[in-house]
Amino acid sequence: MAVQASALVGAPVNDAPGLLGLSGFGFNRAQSITFLVMLLLVVAGPFFLYPVLLMKLLCFALFACAFNLLIGYVGLLSFGHAMFFGTGGYLAAHAAKVWGLTPELAILVGTAFGAALGAVAGWIAIRRQGIYFAMITLALAQMVYFFYLQAPFTGGEDGIQRVPRGALFGLIDLRADMALYWVVAVIFLAGFLFISRVVHSPFGQVLKAIRENEPRAISLGYRVDDYKLLAFTLSAALAALAGSAKAIVFGIATLTDVYWTMSGEVVLMTLLGGLGTVFGPVAGAAVIVLMQNQLAELGAWVTVIQGIIFVVCVLLFRAGIMGELGRLLKVRL
Amino acid sequence: MDTILATEDLTKEFLGFTAVSGVSLNVRRGSIHGLIGPNGAGKTTCFNLLTKFLQPTRGSIRFDGRDITGMKPAEVARLGLVRSFQISAVFPHLTVLENVRVALQRARGRSFDFWRSDKVLGQYDARARALLEDVGLHTHAHLLAGELPYGRKRALEIATTLALDPVMMLLDEPTAGMTHEDVDRIVALVRRVAQGRTVLMVEHNLRVVEGLCDTITVLTRGRVLAEGDYAGVSRNPEVVAAYLGTDPAISGAQAHG
Repeated sequence: MAVQASALVGAPVNDAPGLLGLSGFGFNRAQSITFLVMLLLVVAGPFFLYPVLLMKLLCFALFACAFNLLIGYVGLLSFGHAMFFGTGGYLAAHAAKVWGLTPELAILVGTAFGAALGAVAGWIAIRRQGIYFAMITLALAQMVYFFYLQAPFTGGEDGIQRVPRGALFGLIDLRADMALYWVVAVIFLAGFLFISRVVHSPFGQVLKAIRENEPRAISLGYRVDDYKLLAFTLSAALAALAGSAKAIVFGIATLTDVYWTMSGEVVLMTLLGGLGTVFGPVAGAAVIVLMQNQLAELGAWVTVIQGIIFVVCVLLFRAGIMGELGRLLKVRL
Repeated sequence: MDTILATEDLTKEFLGFTAVSGVSLNVRRGSIHGLIGPNGAGKTTCFNLLTKFLQPTRGSIRFDGRDITGMKPAEVARLGLVRSFQISAVFPHLTVLENVRVALQRARGRSFDFWRSDKVLGQYDARARALLEDVGLHTHAHLLAGELPYGRKRALEIATTLALDPVMMLLDEPTAGMTHEDVDRIVALVRRVAQGRTVLMVEHNLRVVEGLCDTITVLTRGRVLAEGDYAGVSRNPEVVAAYLGTDPAISGAQAHG
């Protein structure tokens, strides 16, 4: 019946229900198929590509998905999401190295601190909208950056190095890349499905209503700031989860992950892949990470190429990879 | 007389321009109260003040025995004072059914459940359909709200508001821009939903006001010019003067009334 409805506005979209119980995550048929393809790629990937590169890709993909939850479904452009990504990294690295926690607990610590920081930063930032919101998040992220630069436990410019990967639950040794790969793959898939669930939950429905018509939502008695804050905190926690996993993968936590350029990179990934699409952030992260890897020998030129891609994307492919693909195939992706 | 909504010396100034000036309004519980006046009289500003979308410069507002002057708009709505908007307020990319469900969800819970599938909202479908049937929209339940014709959007807005079971409804020009047929339907609807509630409505169509409202307050330039039932107000020479030339309907009504 939803097909019928869309047909009236002249943009026929095939919205057939999802497969294999994936409609519980709000997936239509096209999204279910795309998910299965993605699942296949995640499982088969490490047999064709270097697992560490893929783990990096999955961490950034989750980071971009977390960012997309906020911009794509609440309409809030955070320009400081590196503070959560980096916080996850620092805290997970510290927990694993200094406190000697097992990797899953270290990642949990990183995620929890990211969520707490998200609650505080969100509480300050959501009072403003548009460019002011973006500027406040940027300013807060810079404060967090200088905190990590000065704080004694972070190692300043050197960062936290030689973080042990440890053993999962104290049982499964993760020093082998393939062993760790499956852990990261599960984290990514769980995070991805969690975000889809949030978007298609009763809470997600309220978020959608707020984005569509905020004054009307208020007039129905919704305290809209509470919903924005919860969405912001969830997004921050997931970004921190991604950062935590990355720190465990590479065994380091550095200022790079908390610097403002990292906030910019996640914006680029999401825009390139397709803002507000389910799979766009993953596609955007894949393109950027693989490109950085391929072009690594070009040094600083990578940044120039990224800039050109950004400009081309904004000028010609406003909807991003998945947005344009979806338009072509007349499905939502 | 049991007053449900009372304002005292309600005033709103915007940078030297006084949009609402010393308005003292008393709305009787269970009545349909009309707020009329020429364009720019301050009717919509008044609505925004009453529902706290604007903060008054001076004056106080009491609703159901409680001072709501300092409250936030969402809190006022939770007390049961729910408004509509001049420009139709639906959630355009939600279906008609989902529009009503969003309101039910607020009133009945689950609006923070982020870990559950939205399929649990199916528990509100029966109530939502009943509300839609009430306003004659049950056959449109699966259309996107943005695709409804204008008159139906207003009906949907009323169904959504009713989902909260409000004590008092504020309707901002419910029949503006409607065809005759739609106007008749909305008038019948307002009369029906006003059973057991209080309604305050801004309305330009004086035939609607005459047919529906128990009490009418006339605003001009932010001030109360007259108050009373339709017959009394329409005979008031000041009201006629204020309207003459701007809205011939009232002078017409005056002639045959």
